[in-house]
Amino acid sequence: MDTVVSVRGLHKRYGQFEAVAGIDLEIQRGEIFAFLGPNGAGKTTTVEILEGFRTRTEGEVSVLGVDPANGDAAWRDRVGAVLQESNAEPGLTVRESLQLYSGYYREPRDIDETIALVGLQEKADTMAPQLSGGQRRRLDVALALIGDPELIFLDEPTTGFDPSARRTAWHVIEGLRQLGKTVFLTTHYMDEAEELADRIAVIAGGRIVAEGTPGTLGGRNRMASTIRFSFPEGTGADDLPPELRALVAGEDGKVTLTSDTPLAHVGTLAEWARARGIDLPDLDVRRPTLEDVYLELTEGPA
Amino acid sequence: MTTAAARGPVALVLHQARFDLRSFLRNRQARFFTLALPLLFMVIFNGVFGNNVVGPGTMKASAYYVPGIAALGVIAASFVNLVISITAQREGGILKRRRVTPVPASVLVGGRALTAVGVSLVVVAGLLGFGRVVYGVKLPTSALPGIAFTAIVGSITFCVLAYAISTAIQNEDAAQPTVMAIMLPLYFISGIFIPNINLPAWLRHVASVFPVQHLAAGFRHAYVPGAHGAGIVWSDIGVLAIWAAIGLAVALRRFSWLPKTASG
Repeated sequence: MDTVVSVRGLHKRYGQFEAVAGIDLEIQRGEIFAFLGPNGAGKTTTVEILEGFRTRTEGEVSVLGVDPANGDAAWRDRVGAVLQESNAEPGLTVRESLQLYSGYYREPRDIDETIALVGLQEKADTMAPQLSGGQRRRLDVALALIGDPELIFLDEPTTGFDPSARRTAWHVIEGLRQLGKTVFLTTHYMDEAEELADRIAVIAGGRIVAEGTPGTLGGRNRMASTIRFSFPEGTGADDLPPELRALVAGEDGKVTLTSDTPLAHVGTLAEWARARGIDLPDLDVRRPTLEDVYLELTEGPA
Repeated sequence: MTTAAARGPVALVLHQARFDLRSFLRNRQARFFTLALPLLFMVIFNGVFGNNVVGPGTMKASAYYVPGIAALGVIAASFVNLVISITAQREGGILKRRRVTPVPASVLVGGRALTAVGVSLVVVAGLLGFGRVVYGVKLPTSALPGIAFTAIVGSITFCVLAYAISTAIQNEDAAQPTVMAIMLPLYFISGIFIPNINLPAWLRHVASVFPVQHLAAGFRHAYVPGAHGAGIVWSDIGVLAIWAAIGLAVALRRFSWLPKTASG
């Protein structure tokens, strides 16, 4: 496999404060990699080291085979970035902004095609600062793409978006996968990582606390599911078959069972209810969400 | 189509300057401070004091004000405009985003400087032309190259100083007041608003340390027929060059492309 980003033992200290406390990362070509963590966990510091904006205290870093600290113009030709906060180019339209940036590269993408890729055709001649937040972010993605980079950093691309703008942005990011780009996505939204990423690393307190696919992160696939329902009038936990009674984890108006084999236990529950002629209309079976895993991971060590 | 980057650094600077100029011309505030305000000062000061006599000789005040306000025009186009715009672009992450691309830092600075020099030359030509037509302040043709040269050196000097000063400004709201706090007193003591022959000696000495007075004096001397050949006064150019060197040293040491108010 072709490794695009490789990080070993990365440290960044500011005086006594250790923003990044020894992390390892490995990202393959064509992957959408999500770097998930709460604010102040060291995400942006790490990304800025990978983009060549910050020096590191310790460790080995290679991005497209080059140490970003020595990244020259030829290297920057191959890397694109959507920064966490960047205003529109003042006094330029969408198309003019892309014309300006396209001149920076030796072999840029076609401007109109790139505008279409992010869905801004109808705004091509609008002044960039007049775009809505979501549109401006899509222009940022277009500016990052215009040089036809192999690797794109997206630093919290949907922070502050309304749900529909987020969906549109996700659609654009999905489009990058179709182009075969490698994407390094920073986010503090679990659902964003789950929706987009092939692989996720969770950072908390400057350390990577878990790494995996959205399905397996932090042992999510092995974690117990919860079964919740309310008892109808006249029944209670004591009436349950012993097999289920042993699973009761709590009662707060509703009863919660935790189960490693939810299908079998729901079956038992259904038989029990049918035998008694009752229904459980608010029955709810949930596997742990990525959010549950994430909270467990980031609240512990941080 | 070959891109500007593929055609080499000169083409790339021209590419950058073309877009910087377009952006400048579309900014109403920048247009006002750079193009309209100097003209307004020209009309006001000449209207109020134009027929006075400056100093012991017979120099009319209008002949004094026209080159002085031209210096203000260069400063507006190079320094005032640039400090405000660089600070806003830095804090808005625009400079950082450009630095992610392969464009060299020297091209970004060069494009801005070229724009400032171009706008300065236009402003100076406009102000001197206005002075010639409206107030009859004649400029010897032989001094034109000197005027142009002084305008270019002055513009570059104030560009560099803009990059240097911007490093001390935290955010874009502070840019405009900071620029005014620096420039207004200098305009008053450097012979822009008040003929500096009317100032106490110590204040003239203070002014002579700073570049504003030398830019104004450089322009003014060019108006004295035959006194300075091509109209270049090397002592004034020398002081400007020293300030440019100081500005360059500060900018190289302290200028950052990243926002000062970065989040972590």
